[in-house]
Amino acid sequence: MEILIPLLIILAKIVGLTFMVVLPLVPVCVYFERRFSAVIQDRVGPNRVGIPLTLFGGKKDIPLFGIVQPVADAVKLLLKEDFTPTNVRTAFYWLAPALTIVPSLVTVCVIPFGSPLTVNGEEIKLVIADLDVGPLFIFAVSSLTVYGITLAGWSSNSKYPFIGGVRSTAQMISYEICLGLSIIPVLMWYGDLNLSNIVEHQSKNGWLLLPFWGESAPWNNGGDYTAWLFWFPAVIAFLIFTISIFAETNRMPFDLPECETELVGGYHTEYSSMKFAMFFMGEYAAMVIGSALIVTLFLGGWSLGPSFDQWSAGLEIGSVGIGGLLGLAVFMAKLIVFILFFILVRWTVPRFRYDQLMRLGWIIFFEVALINVFLGALVIAAPHLGIVITLVGAVLLAAVSSALIWVLKVSDKREDPNTGLLASN
Amino acid sequence: MPLTLFWFFAIVMLVGGLAVVSLRNPVAAALAMVSSFVGLAGLFIGLNAYFVGVMQILVYAGAIMVLFLFIIMLLDLKTEEKQAPKVVPLVGGLGIVLAFTIQLFGILGKVPNKESTPIDYQAASEHYAPISKSVSERLADGQLPDVNLVGDVIFKGYNLPLQIVGVLLLVATVGVVVLSKRQTI
Repeated sequence: MEILIPLLIILAKIVGLTFMVVLPLVPVCVYFERRFSAVIQDRVGPNRVGIPLTLFGGKKDIPLFGIVQPVADAVKLLLKEDFTPTNVRTAFYWLAPALTIVPSLVTVCVIPFGSPLTVNGEEIKLVIADLDVGPLFIFAVSSLTVYGITLAGWSSNSKYPFIGGVRSTAQMISYEICLGLSIIPVLMWYGDLNLSNIVEHQSKNGWLLLPFWGESAPWNNGGDYTAWLFWFPAVIAFLIFTISIFAETNRMPFDLPECETELVGGYHTEYSSMKFAMFFMGEYAAMVIGSALIVTLFLGGWSLGPSFDQWSAGLEIGSVGIGGLLGLAVFMAKLIVFILFFILVRWTVPRFRYDQLMRLGWIIFFEVALINVFLGALVIAAPHLGIVITLVGAVLLAAVSSALIWVLKVSDKREDPNTGLLASN
Repeated sequence: MPLTLFWFFAIVMLVGGLAVVSLRNPVAAALAMVSSFVGLAGLFIGLNAYFVGVMQILVYAGAIMVLFLFIIMLLDLKTEEKQAPKVVPLVGGLGIVLAFTIQLFGILGKVPNKESTPIDYQAASEHYAPISKSVSERLADGQLPDVNLVGDVIFKGYNLPLQIVGVLLLVATVGVVVLSKRQTI
């Protein structure tokens, strides 16, 4: 019995959070994407599919703003013919979609979805695995997604998917470095890799990007401006991290691996039906997880200011504290706002060229993230160092940054204004 | 770690390792290597070494093996698959494996099977009390904040070797850039 109940709780969390929170978000994302893109392009978008009363002899359907459209899409994908081309490498061809979606869903397990629920005085954290290496775990497991995409490109035995797979791998490996480097100052600030503790800390001391309450506000901690100074490295980290997530999830403006104008469909050109849908779901699930990670690290996760958090923690129905569900709602609201931002960017910014993408990753983000690590360390260590050493550090940092900018300017190859190609090639 | 999980990950690792040498298709062999790495990471995590386990996946499975897989795919080694296995290397390899196994069992037979001493969390907590409050609190709570502990040991105990290794990697990176640039000029 003692083993059975925790096991059941874990099982309930896995089913509840992975299959009833994150996976349903995928069709929701698709619906938002289609409606939002329609708004941006001054179209109507899918607004018809609702409750099909005409099927049952009614006079009129109820459109419901087309909310049921994702269900229709899913049914369409399931019922389509599952076609396997002749000359593919069958085993790898079948393995690839699974290898794409599984890592995306595994990473769900370290995201804290809400504040703890209390049942009969016992605390249940709304996170499947409360690991002490949260962000590292997400990076590690999501780096395995590359195999699915690479294998899909290679096993299709076709030119365009292969080029798409190669592009995707190069892109994901490059941007993983920016992703990891950019959050080092953030992790130094928290001194912790446990995502639940990070959110807890933000709930008490102000979000990383909004340090206005608790310990981080100068009027509460005796005039210590460290948290406000740390806002600058935090914003740089936030920008680099967010843009790298775009590249990591192969979203516009970095969707070179599947850009239609060059590669037909990229690595999933030869796939159809549910196998294609699995790539699709994997991509959107990766986007959801990426947004969740950004919200958790920078925007306070499930917290909504100290007074709301305290009020919701005290809420109870019978012996069950339901504050966690409110936290979950706050988290989902933030997540959906961020997903809408992803979609907004997709339909606003034109696609990058491949060399521009690589330049952005390796030349700009890599260096800025590296300098940002030193900047963050300087801000955190400044109160312990004394004014002279801090000033020397700041001067050194400025010198190194300007030297780097100079080197980049000198080594920069100019584009030919007529052809748009690099001069030396 | 429960014994069943140990056997599960050990078997994943061993089957993966066997598949690496026995499969004829190089891509399948590379993937078997990845599964072997994942099994190894599971074993590390079972030993409470979360950091090492996650790094195993992040660095080996996530980065290095991808590059290997790529090289194999770009070369497209068709001849490898058709080659019949030669007898002499096969016998030689099996002989070496057999010799090492016998040696392993010989050593294991002589060493008594000791119980591992449990971690003294209280002493560790007191040791870290002046260094870091949060680490000390977690140790007193019976948790093992292994990332903090590994960082503490590496950056305080082995700072100079760490810097030297860093410079070595930097030199390697610069070398790669120089070598790959030379061809175009």
